[in-house]
Amino acid sequence: MSAASLSSAINAIRSSSFAHDRSALASNASHPSSSAFLGSTARLRFNPISSSAGRPRSSAAVAAVAASNVVKEKQPKSSVSGSNLLITKEEGLELYEDMVLGRAFEDMCAQMYYRGKMFGFVHLYNGQEAVSTGFIKLLKQEDSVVSTYRDHVHALSKGVPARQVMSELFGKETGCCRGQGGSMHMFSKEHNLIGGFAFIGEGIPIATGAAFTSKYKREVLKEEGCDHVTVAFFGDGTCNNGQFFECLNMAQLWKLPIIFVVENNLWAIGMSHLRATSDPQIWKKGPAFGMPGVHVDGMDVLKVREVAKEAVGRARRGEGPTLVECETYRFRGHSLADPDELREPAEKAKYAARDPIAALKKYIIESKLASEAELKAIDKKIDEVVEDAVEFADASPQPPRSQLLENVFADPKGFGIGPDGRYRCEDPNFTAGTAKV
Amino acid sequence: MLSVLRRKAAAAAVGGSDAMLLGGRLRKSCAAAAAGLRGYATAAKEMTVREALNSALDEEMSADPKVFLMGEEVGEYQGAYKVSKGFLPKFGPERVVDTPITEAGFTGIGVGAAYYGLKPVVEFMTFNFAMQAIDHIINSAAKTNYMSAGNISVPIVFRGPNGAAAGVGAQHSQCYAAWYGSCPGLKVLAPYSSEDARGLLKAAIRDPDPVVFLENELMYGERFPVSAEALDSSFCLPIGKAKIEREGKDVTITAFSKMVGLSLEAAEILAKEGITAEVINLLSIRPLDRPTINASVRKTNRLVTVEEGFPQHGVGAEICMSIIEDSFGYLDAPIERITGADVPMPYAANLERMALPQIEDIVRAAKRVCHRSVPMAATA
Repeated sequence: MSAASLSSAINAIRSSSFAHDRSALASNASHPSSSAFLGSTARLRFNPISSSAGRPRSSAAVAAVAASNVVKEKQPKSSVSGSNLLITKEEGLELYEDMVLGRAFEDMCAQMYYRGKMFGFVHLYNGQEAVSTGFIKLLKQEDSVVSTYRDHVHALSKGVPARQVMSELFGKETGCCRGQGGSMHMFSKEHNLIGGFAFIGEGIPIATGAAFTSKYKREVLKEEGCDHVTVAFFGDGTCNNGQFFECLNMAQLWKLPIIFVVENNLWAIGMSHLRATSDPQIWKKGPAFGMPGVHVDGMDVLKVREVAKEAVGRARRGEGPTLVECETYRFRGHSLADPDELREPAEKAKYAARDPIAALKKYIIESKLASEAELKAIDKKIDEVVEDAVEFADASPQPPRSQLLENVFADPKGFGIGPDGRYRCEDPNFTAGTAKV
Repeated sequence: MLSVLRRKAAAAAVGGSDAMLLGGRLRKSCAAAAAGLRGYATAAKEMTVREALNSALDEEMSADPKVFLMGEEVGEYQGAYKVSKGFLPKFGPERVVDTPITEAGFTGIGVGAAYYGLKPVVEFMTFNFAMQAIDHIINSAAKTNYMSAGNISVPIVFRGPNGAAAGVGAQHSQCYAAWYGSCPGLKVLAPYSSEDARGLLKAAIRDPDPVVFLENELMYGERFPVSAEALDSSFCLPIGKAKIEREGKDVTITAFSKMVGLSLEAAEILAKEGITAEVINLLSIRPLDRPTINASVRKTNRLVTVEEGFPQHGVGAEICMSIIEDSFGYLDAPIERITGADVPMPYAANLERMALPQIEDIVRAAKRVCHRSVPMAATA
């Protein structure tokens, strides 16, 4: 299926044949949008289960209807005159700032890498900021985000300070993992970010486990109001991995509060999604397991946010998981070591024209939510934040030698502290067992 | 299997008097109950390993609501080997979770739950199936406390039968002690008797780090005397300490899991020939109790390591090196290792017997190490 059909909004139900030619690109304008923003909410809707496929799964169908009702309500309100109610000014500026932070940070990472301050594998998120911002800015601190190796921007959106992320990348002691994790292994207990898994698909069962814990805490441990949700981010390549399907099954089976977010940027290093996947429409794999599958334009932060609201709401209410496929694109290569020779310049140019930050900026200005000056002030502020992060990281010390052997175990001496406050194994009677008879 | 029982019963009958003579921490492996003979138990109660595991899990799950059991057939089937018998009605389906056949998926779910403070016990039907989940055991569980600089600990237990059973073929018979034992961030335990099983499983569940708990299918039905102390609900054995099952002064034999039973019987046979063997039950593969093994070798000056797994890069190789590093000058003979054969496990019963260590192999090795002349080749 050509990317063109994905790039227009979500008429995936129409694209039963995959052979749309590139001229469909030009026909993007054939659906006049009610706002100047690229791709309007008019096209935002969940894909209903096709009735020809036998008995539709009721839960998915219900969810599909609910979402489209949500959107239909919003539709007449968003007019060009600027009285749009999709976002308020504060929200708009928050989204803008978050995306600009992500972009500026990643650009600085690239600079630092080529100067030798950063090393190893570094995977940058340029171009995909709408997905991270669109989802994570709706979450509470107690909600969890599980990511892959492309996790810097997920960390920043979730609230990990830029200084800590940059230090971690430099391998310094002040990093969020004291330099022991690196680019691919960002963990933050405080912000509930389980950023980093190098193996694709590894984070999905972990995220499912986090959602399992949330449900367990509510139902078994009876913790009041524990409605934490988990958002798992992963790519198109991961959607062919067995663990993905195993978790779609179990999450729906046990109605876990999780949102599976596919950042479909069409490329897994140099393997095109279309060459690797028998059915490239990933959102369809949700209904196969009984959960709603949604496809959304991932270059448009407002659309992502609308879908995210619905999916997060479903999860919080205990209605179960959702699979969201965000069509997005990475402007840079897979990693900083990737020469990125296989992607055509025309494709890259097409998506560069749909830069989510430029689009949001245009929307904010045209809807008169904020002035250009205010946005420029945010740009400047972010530049300073990133510069400060680099200086901080540069000035931070490398980890001390003693750190090498630390933290292999939470309790190296074996099942913990006894009632007298000392390690159990220091008790002279330890070797006889600990029975109090 | 029957021949093993008969041999054990005979040994128990013969070794009974020795049990009275040897004091200290003596354990007799006692399948005697099955043969109608009484062992010389000093404790009032006997328990099979299966019952020991069941009671340990039961007590830990009752004491801490964060502990839950997850795996294939643990609920309605009451455990593939009936270890979780009676749990589903007692704890409910949220705490005894029957999973689909998705090792990678449910192991990852367990690890994710552990990240967030629950204490999962993930059961694998055998550790052979855990190979489908080994990415989560090593990469997500073992390495996370280190990668997150101590922020995120993983209080999870992976348990299940390990090693050869009877006639189950190559893909169901591998011993994983050496593989998991080489991985920093994991604790690896291998109980032998019922007391070991109870104490170590309780310790594993209470431990804040990932623990790989290697049981043995053939040991589940073995009955052992259990002391009153071990029946107490706060009984735990220390992780990282080996146990001297039988004291001796001529040769040290180290073993774990089922091989401890064979080693004890070999020790009986050697005793009749005037060689007293000190049998060490490792209990903890990682961390390995190097001080205990070294102290024993410094006393006896000879070592035979016994394990069921493949010879190359095995547990015996590690023990051998640890002795060379710490106690080389004390050795009077080269260390011998008895391991499984360097082949995938064959199916035919006679071949399987040849592929696994037998009591005669241990006896012969001990004699060689003591410079008694013995024929080298095993007979079929």
